[in-house]
Amino acid sequence: MSATEQTIQPAANIHPIDRLLRADRLPHILCAGCGIGTVIHGYANSIAASGIDENNHVCVSGIGCSGRAAGYVNVDSYHTTHGRALPFALGIAVHKPELNVTVISGDGDLTAIGGNHFIHAARRNVNLNVICINNFNYGMTGGQVGPTTPIGAKGTTAPFGAVERPFNLPYLAKATGAIFVARWTILHVREFHEALVRSMQKPGFCFIEILAPCPTSFGKSNKIGDGLHEVEIYRERCQVQNGAPHLNDFDIDLLDESKPIVVGNFVDVERDAFME
Amino acid sequence: MAASPAKNTSAPEAGTRVLTGDHFMLGDHACAEGAIAAGLDFFGGYPITPSTEIAERVARRLPALGGKFVQMEDELGSIAAIIGASAAGARSFTATSGPGFSLMMENIGLAAMMELPCVIADVQRASPSTGLPTMVGQSDILQARWGSHGDYGIIAYCPASPQECFDLTVRAFNDADRYRVPVFILMDEIVGHMTERVRIPEPEDLHLIGRKGPRHAPDAEPFLSFAPDEDMIPPIAHAGEGYRVHMTGLTHDERGYPAMTAEVHNSLVNRLVDKIRLNADDIAMYEEVDTEDADTIVVAFGCTARSARHAVAQARDEGLKCGLLRPITVWPFPETRIREIIEVGNVKRFIVPEVNLGQLRREIERLTHLPVKRLNHAGGAMPSPDEILELIRT
Repeated sequence: MSATEQTIQPAANIHPIDRLLRADRLPHILCAGCGIGTVIHGYANSIAASGIDENNHVCVSGIGCSGRAAGYVNVDSYHTTHGRALPFALGIAVHKPELNVTVISGDGDLTAIGGNHFIHAARRNVNLNVICINNFNYGMTGGQVGPTTPIGAKGTTAPFGAVERPFNLPYLAKATGAIFVARWTILHVREFHEALVRSMQKPGFCFIEILAPCPTSFGKSNKIGDGLHEVEIYRERCQVQNGAPHLNDFDIDLLDESKPIVVGNFVDVERDAFME
Repeated sequence: MAASPAKNTSAPEAGTRVLTGDHFMLGDHACAEGAIAAGLDFFGGYPITPSTEIAERVARRLPALGGKFVQMEDELGSIAAIIGASAAGARSFTATSGPGFSLMMENIGLAAMMELPCVIADVQRASPSTGLPTMVGQSDILQARWGSHGDYGIIAYCPASPQECFDLTVRAFNDADRYRVPVFILMDEIVGHMTERVRIPEPEDLHLIGRKGPRHAPDAEPFLSFAPDEDMIPPIAHAGEGYRVHMTGLTHDERGYPAMTAEVHNSLVNRLVDKIRLNADDIAMYEEVDTEDADTIVVAFGCTARSARHAVAQARDEGLKCGLLRPITVWPFPETRIREIIEVGNVKRFIVPEVNLGQLRREIERLTHLPVKRLNHAGGAMPSPDEILELIRT
């Protein structure tokens, strides 16, 4: 759809959440069936529901498809370099503690090139809301395997299947010190929204992994079909285990039909936030 | 300003930003004090020899002044954190040496592209790679100018004494804010680890400037984060001020929105370069000693300028027509002044001593067909006055 074909709608028809989106940047660059738009919408809704002055919300992202999220939300927003969203966000959050800073990142951005910053930001308990949109591969560059790709899944740089054990991100986040840890999928719109509002209201390092389809790259390489098909997988195989005491075996294998995908709000504890 | 007696600088007063008075102070500490005096809000750094004393001094001093010190997990994090803090309005600073400076390069380009002011001290040591961590180098000169990919403008100062470590760091913060660029303090191990008298002025004599902010209220009209004024510098709005800015390392239009066209890119990158290039004569600083009638001019910076000053004085005593030109900013290089000197016609040759294999010499060679004699040491030691004098005599 080209921008010139859009008609300007009368003010009365503007969607109530439009004020939190940079509507003048639409249409977005994301593919049909991609889950990132759902996350952006969820973030905007959570800002509105957070009870925190909208001018005090800040969005920071890195590089990749998920990194583009910062460009579509109408708050102070920074699209930084690959892997460095967390330390950039730390600078903002530490200098102006009154700001509510959310990092929206992809799995590769946050836990491969940015992995060192992830474990240290969690250890410090920096006051950040960190959303990791996990689509199991590098989508922007065309479907390469990454640190979350399940063993055996294919990518353009693993044409015979990935051989490395992937990260179990909630387990990593909990082990390194996150005070709130959740995993949801883009099917769980309400649960994600509630988890994010909780994160915004909770001072400290809050981490939400959200599974999202990448039909163009990961889906196509792994016979998942379109985005709707992957959401069907979520619906059939997700098991909610809120408050699960142990996260160590919550690995995800999208391709193994016998394996459940465990989701939930796993951790919600108190610990002094960084510099408090 | 009344000079007070030298103070024991190992126990600086808590809660005093500007330690007005005379001190017997380490170069690294003077750099830290310059940053603090200039209103430092946020320091993110990682220990590395021979710059660590800067971080240590800031760690000890800044919290009592309401600023934030964070020891980051690496230099990638340090530079990202200070740029982020700058986006939120902080006067922000980090200190490092060659290996850490290399790690910072990508995000130095981000700071240039987002036009977020920040100050980076690089206390140079013998390089490449790990090199000689505790020994002198001056070989990050070209990296400071060209180290991040692409074209962009920066400013780099080369202090030659602890006093200048203080003075130029204050200046660096002003320049960073004024031109919205990363500004480097290119120290070297000798100057960083040298203890001399440092005179810190009264706060009102520091002449601090601030950033140019928006000229309208947030709700009055959309704020254009990257719409430059006539001076080529856009006003800046920070996170939390209500202007809903967007900044990206992607090529962007005046709103800060990604604009993936060759035209926008060409215009943006030219402005990033021109805002320094066209103001170079205002920014450039240099010192001249006996250059007026000199047929031989020694061009030297940082620690090497100290040897050169001595050599030039001795040569004058011997009746040789010799002078010193000391670039205080290596970037922008004071080329207008050097062209003028060449134009006058007295100078017949240049001598460029430096602790690298000819990085600054290239700048002189670019400006003249006159002979440019080299005196280089790869690092670990600097040219002595005698070695420079010997070259002046021959």
